[in-house]
Amino acid sequence: MGLPNSFWQVSHVNQDYGVCDTYPAELYVPKSASTPVIVGSSKFRSRGRFPVLCFFCQDNNAAICRSSQPLSGFSARCLEDEQMLQAIRKSNPGSDFLYVVDTRPKLNAMANRAAGKGYENEDNYSNIKFHFIGIENIHVMRNSLQKLLDVCELRSPSMSDFLWGLENSGWLKHIKAIMDAGIFIAKAVAEDAASVLVHCSDGWDRTAQVCSIASLLLDPFYRTLKGFMVLVEKDWVSFGHKFNHRCSHLDGDPREVSPVIDQFFDCVWQLMEQFPCAFEFNERFLVHIHHHVYSCQFGNFICNSVKESKELRIQEKTHSLWAHLWKSCADYKNPLYRQNHRQTQGFLKPHTASSNFRFWRSMYNRFEKGMHPRQSVIEFLMAVKEETQQLEEELEMLEEKLEIQDKSQKNRNEKIEVSHKLELSDQHLANTPQDYIDNGRLFTCSTPQRREDSESMILIHSMKHSDTDLSASSDQESGVADLNCRSPTGGDFLSGEESSKTLSEYPEEVAFAVA
Amino acid sequence: MEFAELIKTWKVDDVVVSRPLLQPARGTLCLTSHHLLFSSRGAGSLELCLLIRNIDAIEKSVQNLSGYQTIKCVTEPDGDRFVGSSGIITVKCKDLCIWYLEVPGMEECLNIASSIEALSSLESVAHMYPFFYRPKQASLQQGCDPCTPQVQFTKLSAQTSNWRLSYVNQEFRVCASYPEAAIVHKSIDDATLRTAAKFRQGGRFPVLSYYHTSNGMVIMRSSQPLTGANGKRCREDESLLAAVLGPGMKGYIIDTRSLQAAHQARVKGGGFESKSNYPNWKRLHRAMDRSRVLQESLMKLVEACNDQSHSIDRWLSKLEASKWLSHVKVILTTACLAAQCVDREEACVLIHGSEGRDSTLQLTSLAQLILDPDCRTISGFQALIEREWLQAGHPFQLRCASSAYSHARLKHDAPVFLLFLDCCWQMSIQFPCSFQFNQHFLITLFEHAYASCFGTFLCNTEEERLMLNVKRQTISIWSKINSPSEREQYVNPVYERNDLVIWPSVAPQSLQLWQGLFLRWIQSAEHQTEAYAQIYHIMAHSRKSTQANSEMATANKEAPMPRCQDRSEAV
Repeated sequence: MGLPNSFWQVSHVNQDYGVCDTYPAELYVPKSASTPVIVGSSKFRSRGRFPVLCFFCQDNNAAICRSSQPLSGFSARCLEDEQMLQAIRKSNPGSDFLYVVDTRPKLNAMANRAAGKGYENEDNYSNIKFHFIGIENIHVMRNSLQKLLDVCELRSPSMSDFLWGLENSGWLKHIKAIMDAGIFIAKAVAEDAASVLVHCSDGWDRTAQVCSIASLLLDPFYRTLKGFMVLVEKDWVSFGHKFNHRCSHLDGDPREVSPVIDQFFDCVWQLMEQFPCAFEFNERFLVHIHHHVYSCQFGNFICNSVKESKELRIQEKTHSLWAHLWKSCADYKNPLYRQNHRQTQGFLKPHTASSNFRFWRSMYNRFEKGMHPRQSVIEFLMAVKEETQQLEEELEMLEEKLEIQDKSQKNRNEKIEVSHKLELSDQHLANTPQDYIDNGRLFTCSTPQRREDSESMILIHSMKHSDTDLSASSDQESGVADLNCRSPTGGDFLSGEESSKTLSEYPEEVAFAVA
Repeated sequence: MEFAELIKTWKVDDVVVSRPLLQPARGTLCLTSHHLLFSSRGAGSLELCLLIRNIDAIEKSVQNLSGYQTIKCVTEPDGDRFVGSSGIITVKCKDLCIWYLEVPGMEECLNIASSIEALSSLESVAHMYPFFYRPKQASLQQGCDPCTPQVQFTKLSAQTSNWRLSYVNQEFRVCASYPEAAIVHKSIDDATLRTAAKFRQGGRFPVLSYYHTSNGMVIMRSSQPLTGANGKRCREDESLLAAVLGPGMKGYIIDTRSLQAAHQARVKGGGFESKSNYPNWKRLHRAMDRSRVLQESLMKLVEACNDQSHSIDRWLSKLEASKWLSHVKVILTTACLAAQCVDREEACVLIHGSEGRDSTLQLTSLAQLILDPDCRTISGFQALIEREWLQAGHPFQLRCASSAYSHARLKHDAPVFLLFLDCCWQMSIQFPCSFQFNQHFLITLFEHAYASCFGTFLCNTEEERLMLNVKRQTISIWSKINSPSEREQYVNPVYERNDLVIWPSVAPQSLQLWQGLFLRWIQSAEHQTEAYAQIYHIMAHSRKSTQANSEMATANKEAPMPRCQDRSEAV
């Protein structure tokens, strides 16, 4: 990012986590901000989270800074904090004002004033433009996710049940609010060339969401595999998103649990849907990171702050998820990614009309394989790309060989055969017919207890390997099917109640004839 | 020509044309008998050639222009013109696009508007544009080979001898909405068919729709039996259905009405097959909504889509209230049920509702798409449309008379065909590699069903088409789609033939709004287009290297051959 430069420098003021125990040890601050100003400002901010640099735009010197709310109450002021904001504004000589974005709803921010916290008063800070964005707090989000998951678990819901439940959960509304905030900030940086200070209450939930979305929109680096890892590590892990509490790794306060990072991944997915060529990674990458945020298999996401992880010596004692993911990075690549393309570079401008926000099926219903597309273009293209690459290598080999042959004329026959075999086997990989045979077996055999979720019946349960329960029941099912469907005489079939059951797999009440 | 009388003003200069996603353009507007033409001068010029038949509704406003800011901002401050001296005509098209025409001069504006109204409400089919359309490319004139029952039968007879081609409907004497030839069971003679046809509404006796090669089961379709309140029977109809089932075989009758609706139909002389008279046939009732409801659903959906300012809550509740996706779900679910009966239960299926010309056809055609890999090719899909929609007598002219914007509220309008296309699209996104065509193909069919320069979708039945000599006097859309220069744009680059039965998911989570259709005029799809181009690029690259490789391999082969043993020795 071209740092440090003439405006920003590394500050070691938080070397021993003395100023702010939820911040990392090294922070970028304006060059003009002296240590007393920083310390003074930190005293005026919730939990000492003073304004620091989060994103720097090299093209126009605009910056995104983050902090927690000021302890302004109804009338308190702090000269150092005012100087701090001044310093941030002056670090961007191209703009004569600074946006201050409070991501909370105005009402929440005002309520905080009664507790001696609050938000910046435009009269006290020179040249700031203050904005409320209105993202709800962690408790609202927790309830929203719960409602969403309830909808996902409905047994064969009707379209109306589902859409109504989706609306009622408010989930997409919150996703849109976060996205809108990210876009607002990214626009301020890219189009107004203005710096932005973002905060919420403590500056580790909504602020993290919004800053990382804005960074993704602004800088193509963060849309690469490596860049995304850096982004999560930077905006979430090191700036003290409380993974332990939010993901409830230990038996803690249930009121601290909230799907804050889930919402960030959801926003990223929404962006990937809108910009299929702009991200180097694919959906699977997101889902896997999400999985490991909760799995506690790796050390990255088990602490609340950098300080805590230093104390627990996480780096020495645990493995990092990033190394694990990097090992199989080929699986996580988006075949449509275009590295040097005009549209994928620079500032992404997503559509924000409501119809663009969609339910993320591969996340919230990821274990119901039956609901997902039977074929994936992405996987198909990955296979094709791999095949093409092999062919190209093959081609090179053949070319070389031909040259050699011109001289020595040896040994072709066998190799040519090999090359053909290769082609064939790869084409088989690209399609997935085997699954349907599997499907076929399960399909014929239907048991009443699985009747309700007809959808999954119709579809392939390719999850069998991980779900022993299922394979057991399918044995049982084929027994039932023998009774039902293979009855030799028509009479049997007519009176057989079972046959009616096999057919009612597609839901809605089966209204049989009253003959 | 008589059209001239309807055109009050045929040319206006200095018209500003705009629509969302497009820079407004200033130019000349012309009205011809079938087209609204617009041509702008200067850079970024816009040429518009809009079929008047495509216009669903027009609205005019001659007050001030402040409501239309996009237009106003490009109108240079013009001293001669004052507010009110020009009017805006909003042209709402059947393909869901909305155009704004700013016409200078109040009188011109009103003239243009009323001329469009007069021209777009022409009733006579013979006056429609397909009868005047004469393209320059000779290739289009050649016509094409549609899938007639004869062709279908030739294919069928290669697999089984249980069915025969009957010409009982010659000169459409038995059933006005069937083609002259129909495939029926070979043990049923024409006399039986004639009597059975009298027992079915509109004479639509049960005919073969699909033969499932892997197990010999069939899907048939018909209209409702005319049992009436007294429960009349018809031995011939019963024997016709009994003949289809071999010994020990079972059959399902899928009635697209609820049981209650089927009972009510008896009052009006309709009815359903009773269990006692049709042994071995089991009836399943699936309530599917009818024309009025579907039309309103489309209107509500389009209205919701066109307003991009809705909050998420409002958008979701409007989407839900439109019920469009609910209809998609019901249709797809029932089609899966029919396919399931055939493929999994090894049973024959008869599908009908009341008339058997709407939801019945949705089901038979979607079931074939699920079961038959041939239908998922471009040519196979054409044959499917020919067989199951055009020749089966879907009343295109009545159903597609108006689209989502019309105020006319005609009784027979219904987006039955569009719902079918939507279901096809839903399947194609769940099986993105199994369909040879892409969404552009489906959208093209949608557009041409509602307004076209081709004659394919004119009229309601084969009989009407024959009377108007549609096949000779108009050009078929298939000849355009199949022409080599056009065909490529409809091909799905990642298609790989999949010979298996495909079972789509019908969970609400799996069904999506068809953005490519319903939002295509409102929201730029450049990133999706880019992704598509990228897919195309990857596939082309792959093909190229495969080819290069095989060429190289051949070159290697052609070079003088050593023996294999040489190699093993060498190694």
